[in-house]
Amino acid sequence: MNRNWKEYQKEIADDRYYYARSCIRQNFFPGSEKAFLDIMRNDLGRDCFDDPLHTSCTGIGYHADIVPLDTIMAVVARQFALMGEAGYENFISSCITSFGIYTEILATWEEFPETEERARENLYKATGRTLVKPKNLSHTSDVVFHHREAIAARARHRLVNVLTGEPLRVVEHIGCHYAKIFPKSGVGGSEFPYVLAGMIESWGGECVDYPERRHCCGFGFRNYLVQANRGYSVANTQKKMESMAPYKPDFIVANCPGCAMFLDKWQYTIAEMEGTTYGENGHGIPVLTYEEMAGLVLGYDPWALGMQMHQVDVEPLLDKMGIEYDPAAKYLGMNGKYIGQPASAIVNCGSQDTIYNIKQ
Amino acid sequence: MARRVIIVGGGVAGIQTALTLSQRGIPTLLLERESELGGKLTGWHKLFPSFTPAHEVLDELRQRLNGSGVEVRTQCEVCHVERSGVTLASGERLAADAVVVTTGFTLFDARVKEEYGYGIYDNVYTTADIERMLNEGRVAMRDGSAPRRIAFLHCVGSRDEKVCQHHCSKVCCITGVKQAMELKEMFPEADVFNFYMDIRMFGPGYEEMYRDAQQRLNIHFVRGRISEASPTLDGRVQIKAEDTLTGRPLKMSVDMLILIIGMRSNASNAVFAADAGLQCQPSGFLAPRDLFLHNTESNVGGIFYAGAVTAPKNIGESLSEAVVAADRVTEYLKRA
Repeated sequence: MNRNWKEYQKEIADDRYYYARSCIRQNFFPGSEKAFLDIMRNDLGRDCFDDPLHTSCTGIGYHADIVPLDTIMAVVARQFALMGEAGYENFISSCITSFGIYTEILATWEEFPETEERARENLYKATGRTLVKPKNLSHTSDVVFHHREAIAARARHRLVNVLTGEPLRVVEHIGCHYAKIFPKSGVGGSEFPYVLAGMIESWGGECVDYPERRHCCGFGFRNYLVQANRGYSVANTQKKMESMAPYKPDFIVANCPGCAMFLDKWQYTIAEMEGTTYGENGHGIPVLTYEEMAGLVLGYDPWALGMQMHQVDVEPLLDKMGIEYDPAAKYLGMNGKYIGQPASAIVNCGSQDTIYNIKQ
Repeated sequence: MARRVIIVGGGVAGIQTALTLSQRGIPTLLLERESELGGKLTGWHKLFPSFTPAHEVLDELRQRLNGSGVEVRTQCEVCHVERSGVTLASGERLAADAVVVTTGFTLFDARVKEEYGYGIYDNVYTTADIERMLNEGRVAMRDGSAPRRIAFLHCVGSRDEKVCQHHCSKVCCITGVKQAMELKEMFPEADVFNFYMDIRMFGPGYEEMYRDAQQRLNIHFVRGRISEASPTLDGRVQIKAEDTLTGRPLKMSVDMLILIIGMRSNASNAVFAADAGLQCQPSGFLAPRDLFLHNTESNVGGIFYAGAVTAPKNIGESLSEAVVAADRVTEYLKRA
């Protein structure tokens, strides 16, 4: 789908990563970050340092006007200082919001050196640490993209419908803060990002280009954070879903914590509000993170990847890919402990007793 | 006064300069990079505002050139320009007493504006494509069918900071109106839209043409820029824009999206400037000595300009400027 992405190649480090986690992903898709570390360390033999000392980047507070610029610069400076102290130069961020923040602040420091000096001074006064700027800054989806052929070489499943032999049709959704702020910081730029498309192509799938491909998922920070605005957030997701549905995608993959969550959970909301679902046979369309997609390709157990945490059930997709799974183990957590089960929902064609049509 | 003048660029400005110098008995060598003379005019169909076929103008210029005594060399790319002559890509050095640079402009590459999908989506075209299709006698969608809804987008690669093209390309507005009228007359049932930020009708007859397009042909003009183009399931193009007069966003699907591409300066301008000490404008176009009394002279004695090498111009302006440039060359040679 992307014929221009080669103009936006970015440098992505090959090894020795300092890993900065996402605040919200650990709650919504807790298996994804673990899968990333497992893939990097165990499958690809890369050094990935998961530092317990690092904190939130405070990006959500920044975008909600709660955290001032100088404060977030000091926090970011501390993250970079920790990377330097640990002996790493390649900073990778699990979160798109954080990636946007790190990119924006490095660009600000470049453009306005006095702000870097101020951040350096604030950091030293507050923590006694010294700012070390990363040699390479990448999002973790960049890193998976960088290693996509190595993953393809180890693939146990491909993004192919095992019943028909046809490539799976995949909607790739890129978080706004990945490349819309600084197009050259993302693989493929902002109009035709290649970071997820490259993985999909390498692993046998086919990207779906649809009219609202570039549209925001609807998270938009204040759209969701301010309760009164949440209808607007849902409306944006609805716009995307209605636009992509005629193309009959097999699943959606996103590289942003907010996008993966909202495209998944708002499908539940829309189904409950209007009785509308967008996938096959009355189901919703499964929404994956790119680590989950990589994990499935590499043969990881879907429940070990945390895919039972999704609002839209992923079993139809697993069946298409020919992945074996134990339905009874879906809601068993660590050591076989039952973690609870969500109530049935229209989006999964569950119990019909809540179905109603508000238009009638 | 048999001194040789070299003219670099065989478009309309170059041809007219050569003709005028030749009429004054000055030996002239006209160099053209392509295999035929005519420059961009060779790709145009009809000229605004009179809808004069472009070939009529070009044929007459070529006819005048035959037997004029002007020496013409095509497929000659000039790499270096100096006041004493030029050097060709082949390495051949040609001496002259004066040089006139008439290399014109480069069409903006619409692929740079990725959001419009040129080169990616099937039914996104440029105004240059439409001129070619009109010349071929067949305007159609990629699948061969007739368009029922057509959108033109003005200022693609003009007045756009994001692509470092701050200048107005001047002739695009009227080109958009002209092509909209041509397509509306070709497809009377089609809805034709022009998305613009300003309509700049600077020439004689242009405003009347703009009015005619609206009143007689019912072509719609929407003040607002298109933000993005996307494909639809049936191979059409969905566009999003804001109608800034009503203050409302709009979204529509069109059969053809036509990007009205602007004029950008040639990459060779910077090379010529570095070689000969010429001055460039911030837009990259070569800077004349001044904009009033010496607008065909460079800041270096013996090097002159005509046509769109100094700024976007229409055909008539380029032809007039060529005559003025020839005058200035004649005066210069008399003094030298």
